[in-house]
Amino acid sequence: MKLREIDVREIRDAVKRLSIEANTSVTPELREKLKESLREEESPTGKAVLRQLLENLEIAEREKLPICQDTGFAVVFVEIGNRVVFTGGLLGDAINQGVRDGYREGYLRKSIVKDPITNPVNTGDNTPAIIHTEIVEGERVKITLLPKGGGAENMSRIAMLKPTDGVEGIKEFVIETVDKAGANACPPLVIGVGIGGTFDYVAFLAKRAILRKIGERNPDPRIARYEREWLEEVNKLGIGPAGLGGKTTALDLFIEVFPRHIATFPVAVNIQCNAARVKSCVI
Amino acid sequence: MEVLGEKLEGIEAMSVKIETPLTEDVIRGLRIGEEVSLSGIIYTARDMAHKRLVDMINRGEKLPFELEGAVIYYVGPAPARPGMVIGSAGPTTSYRMDPFTPTLLSLGLKGTIGKGPRSGEVIDSMVKNCALYFGATGGAAALIARSIVDAKIIAFEDLGTEALRELRVRDMPLIVINDCYGNDLYVEGRNKYREL
Repeated sequence: MKLREIDVREIRDAVKRLSIEANTSVTPELREKLKESLREEESPTGKAVLRQLLENLEIAEREKLPICQDTGFAVVFVEIGNRVVFTGGLLGDAINQGVRDGYREGYLRKSIVKDPITNPVNTGDNTPAIIHTEIVEGERVKITLLPKGGGAENMSRIAMLKPTDGVEGIKEFVIETVDKAGANACPPLVIGVGIGGTFDYVAFLAKRAILRKIGERNPDPRIARYEREWLEEVNKLGIGPAGLGGKTTALDLFIEVFPRHIATFPVAVNIQCNAARVKSCVI
Repeated sequence: MEVLGEKLEGIEAMSVKIETPLTEDVIRGLRIGEEVSLSGIIYTARDMAHKRLVDMINRGEKLPFELEGAVIYYVGPAPARPGMVIGSAGPTTSYRMDPFTPTLLSLGLKGTIGKGPRSGEVIDSMVKNCALYFGATGGAAALIARSIVDAKIIAFEDLGTEALRELRVRDMPLIVINDCYGNDLYVEGRNKYREL
């Protein structure tokens, strides 16, 4: 098996670029969805908010300003080809240095405090990043950076339901989570749902769900149907843009599933805000 | 106005222009849902700054700014690029400051700006003390930063992004969420469009 050597400095520099790009420009799919929502929204206040969001995206991209002042926790997903060998240092160190560099050069906000219990000693450089790695086949490295802000994260929830609660139980939990979130997570939202696995893994599934492109359905048609149905239900809550009332409460809803233990029925809902910031690159 | 290559109706068209310090006359004339353009001096404070301010009040110490007629904006801005006054500066979620707000309202605070609903106690206090709660749009941080023409730290510098700042704003786009009559746009808005 021929191995491919990658100097971790390439990873560091990619993470730096992704930090800045993810915070200053959104995906074309999100932009289109916001424009479509503006056309279909019935609430005048809702329309005003959507216009502000669109104008904000334009200013942010043009002037390289962060879309939101909360430039978030740097959550990094790395898919590493099994023929890849990293040289020049540890992968984790390189990723953290990339975050440090990107948050400094991009004038992004440093929002991480060192001791989780006693505020307010800031780490000063937005590290440490949260890093998820996966070994895949091949010789490439795919890096995805998700700057995750506090507002939407605070509205996320996890529950260990009973197996007999069934899909109706999950749907109820999802809708209730969005209802409780209301304006606090900056609607219109993107909703990530994880089902199955263990207490820790189901939350990871929910977060991985929000990496998907707006409009991208789960490849399993049964799950895709739930995605469409639950999105429609959530949009009947009437929360609307900025929570001020309207039809556009969520832009999309993604579900990721995994096998579960016979006695457990874990479900997690990770709420994502209207900026839906995520950027990837492949090395 | 053109946004991303498409012509949209002007945002500024319908706004009511108001200035700080806020007077009770102006406050009584505003209703939930009204779009306003705010100009003048406002102060920024979040969780820790609020705790410190209330501790100072309890110790009888003079505050770093005049509360009477003041407006507080709940924000922790991104750092300013060289040559800019401030970085992106959208609102943080207001409920975290609820425990401290009635005290400040009772001492003359007349407006708060943030996102997300306020508690019953805060809403009651706004009615009792004739004050308003404005919404700045979460996610429109660069747009809002454009309306900030000056910024300086006046206290709690050790809190970094969460320090107490004095901002001068010009035509800051806001929406009245709670008026001084106890109405709540979050409640009314949702009720109007809710189908579940």
